[in-house]
Amino acid sequence: MKRIITLSVRNRPGVLNRITNLFSKRNYNIESISVGPTELEGVSRITCVVLVDNDRIIEQITKQLNKQIDVLKVADISEQSVVARELALIKVMAPPQARNEINSLIEPFRASVIDIGKDSMIIQITGETEKVEAFIELVKPYGIKELARTGTTAFPRGTQRTNSSKTYSIV
Amino acid sequence: MLQEAAFTEAKAKAKSISGAELMLEALEKENVEVIFGYPGGAVLPIYDKIYDSKILHVLPRHEQGGIHAAEGYARISGKPGVVIATSGPGATNVVTGLTDAMMDSLPLVVFTGQVATGVIGTDAFQEADILGITTPITKYNYQVRNIEDIPRIVKEAFYIASSGRPGPVVIDIPKDIAATITDTPAEQEMDLPGYQPTVEPNYLQIRKLTEAISRAKKPVLLAGAGILHAKASGLLKEYAEQQQLPVVHTLLGLGGFPAEHPLFLGLAGMHGCYTANMALYECDLLVNIGARFDDRLTGNLQHFAPNAMIAHVDIDPAEIGKNIPTQIPVVADAGEALSQLVKQNGKQPEHSEWMERLDGWKKEYPYFYDEEAPSLKPQKVMELLYKKTNGEAIVVTDVGQHQMWAAQYYKFSNADRWVTSGGLGTMGFGLPASIGAQLADPSACVIAVVGDGGFQMSTQELAVIKELNLPIKIAVFNNMALGMVRQWQEIFYDSRYSHSKIPVQPSFVKLADAYDIKGYVINNNEEAEKILDEVLNNNEPVLLDFRIEPNENVYPMIAPGKGIHEMVGVKK
Ligand SMILES: Cc1ncc(C[n+]2csc(CCOP(=O)(O)OP(=O)(O)O)c2C)c(N)n1
Repeated sequence: MKRIITLSVRNRPGVLNRITNLFSKRNYNIESISVGPTELEGVSRITCVVLVDNDRIIEQITKQLNKQIDVLKVADISEQSVVARELALIKVMAPPQARNEINSLIEPFRASVIDIGKDSMIIQITGETEKVEAFIELVKPYGIKELARTGTTAFPRGTQRTNSSKTYSIV
Repeated sequence: MLQEAAFTEAKAKAKSISGAELMLEALEKENVEVIFGYPGGAVLPIYDKIYDSKILHVLPRHEQGGIHAAEGYARISGKPGVVIATSGPGATNVVTGLTDAMMDSLPLVVFTGQVATGVIGTDAFQEADILGITTPITKYNYQVRNIEDIPRIVKEAFYIASSGRPGPVVIDIPKDIAATITDTPAEQEMDLPGYQPTVEPNYLQIRKLTEAISRAKKPVLLAGAGILHAKASGLLKEYAEQQQLPVVHTLLGLGGFPAEHPLFLGLAGMHGCYTANMALYECDLLVNIGARFDDRLTGNLQHFAPNAMIAHVDIDPAEIGKNIPTQIPVVADAGEALSQLVKQNGKQPEHSEWMERLDGWKKEYPYFYDEEAPSLKPQKVMELLYKKTNGEAIVVTDVGQHQMWAAQYYKFSNADRWVTSGGLGTMGFGLPASIGAQLADPSACVIAVVGDGGFQMSTQELAVIKELNLPIKIAVFNNMALGMVRQWQEIFYDSRYSHSKIPVQPSFVKLADAYDIKGYVINNNEEAEKILDEVLNNNEPVLLDFRIEPNENVYPMIAPGKGIHEMVGVKK
């Protein structure tokens, strides 16, 4: 199953190395990891999406992460109502005659074209992983020249619904 | 005007000081008694200041020896062992020791030299990415980037190494930073917002555990090295006696509970005794205090304490539930938890039947060997060492069969008398670790029990023993083989002794003589008795080359993959 873990960490030399090392040492599988600064100076936020077989493993992962001296906070937000987003840049083959068709795919996904070349264009899409993946599938037949994804970053929502069922945002 | 005056005054006060001096000042503040270090290019600025330092500096003959000595020192003194190694090869030579200390939770503060800041990352001469290399094998590591951070980093390193679950901390110091001269920097507070080890147990869990004990019919207390790190062996005894709980030890926990105490069942695990292992198998309540359910203890997890409720006291929350589902988790220092438990003064379990059963097993299944054999039996040697030191020596071992015989036959009456490499099982550990142990307790009788294989991984440290005239008794259990490997090959590989017999060996007595250390070859029981009487109280080092029965095996034994109740070799 897929789990989303968020971490606040001190921005010290080697901290990312320490965290990724911990995953590889214990043979945990990271699907994506994204890192960036936060509103606090010297504090970074890391979002990891991991694939695990059972709850005991995720408990071990969070405990091991918590143990790290530069880790300020760890949360497994998988069970919460979350806003999760990733961004993908897709360079697709787009000869003039195919452009209209591609454009018609872009609109319902609220993706955007950010660069157009002679026979290709770069599309930017943000959203939940499922949405991004669905879009990639759709444009695949046109020929993807290059693809870059940021990996998921996520927040728990401001208000949590009382029932614990997962909610996903539409956009 | 006033401000200006204050400014000039402050400036006059500010003393010029180098990075190396800042480091040594910080070590003095931590009351460091001894440094195990080896010089080299990147640490020359540090060594120039060590030349004038009051702190004792010991020069091992290999950095690995230095760090193992620091481990032995840490285990006996309870204080962090301090190591210095130069950059590159010096630093990579301490990697095994760091891993060993990480596995066995020993506090170390290890300084490594680094190439100058300007050339870091250029594959400069003797550059190694020591932060990268040591990340998975340290509790924490630092590279000093600003000279004024040195006092704070050293303070933090000692705090991190010795608090919570102890472990090794590396401080990498680039050469230019050690050499730079600066004004005495303003004092910095420790800055570790993400590090707050829990010490106090949760009251509700303590209540739950107390109730579970009062209801148990077949309780057993498993005591690990957490007891020793917490200096809680007194409390352990008090608690076990109050509740009348039988106690078993892990390999690393030995000495936490007096071995001759009627409630003690013995060592548990792969080469543990029948009673201890069967108690773990059959119990209905297992109270683990400060042990980590290592696979050498548990055997096949499916058969480990299959009918027991599990309570686990550990200062490291990540250990609880890691290998074994736990019903009563207590995150706390072993001492804090025990004193709360003693205070509860709960009802004793009604377990007379269980206690009778355990006593029956103890009588029926003691450790055994052929006492009538004409050859020198290793178990006999350990028994003699035990008797002739009244169980009060510090016993330091290497890794292999001799280590297990020492664990089985030396009945420790006190805590912190046992030094062994448990989690990593590092051959070459014993001899240098005995140096640290002796320095930590100069008046103790220290016996280094080593195999002929592992001894040859660190013989160079004999020079240190001679140089400091440490009265260590080096007992080489010489079976002309890598005995433990030979045993496994005999049992599991059809006696195909692939590279486990050592056909060519030096004369260990002559080797000792080369270092001006007295040595004796001991071939039989009579010689053993006589020579031990002669040398054990001498105030000088001695090497004893015990020519033990070469084909002796360690029993009982749980074969890999087998359950803790499936021991072989339990009875004559
Ligand atoms: C550094 C290292 N290399 C290899 C091993 C594997 N090993 C474990 S016990 C052993 C044999 C040790 O032989 P010896 O030192 O003679 O002790 P004995 O078992 O004979 O008592 C070996 C090779 C190890 N534990 N550590």
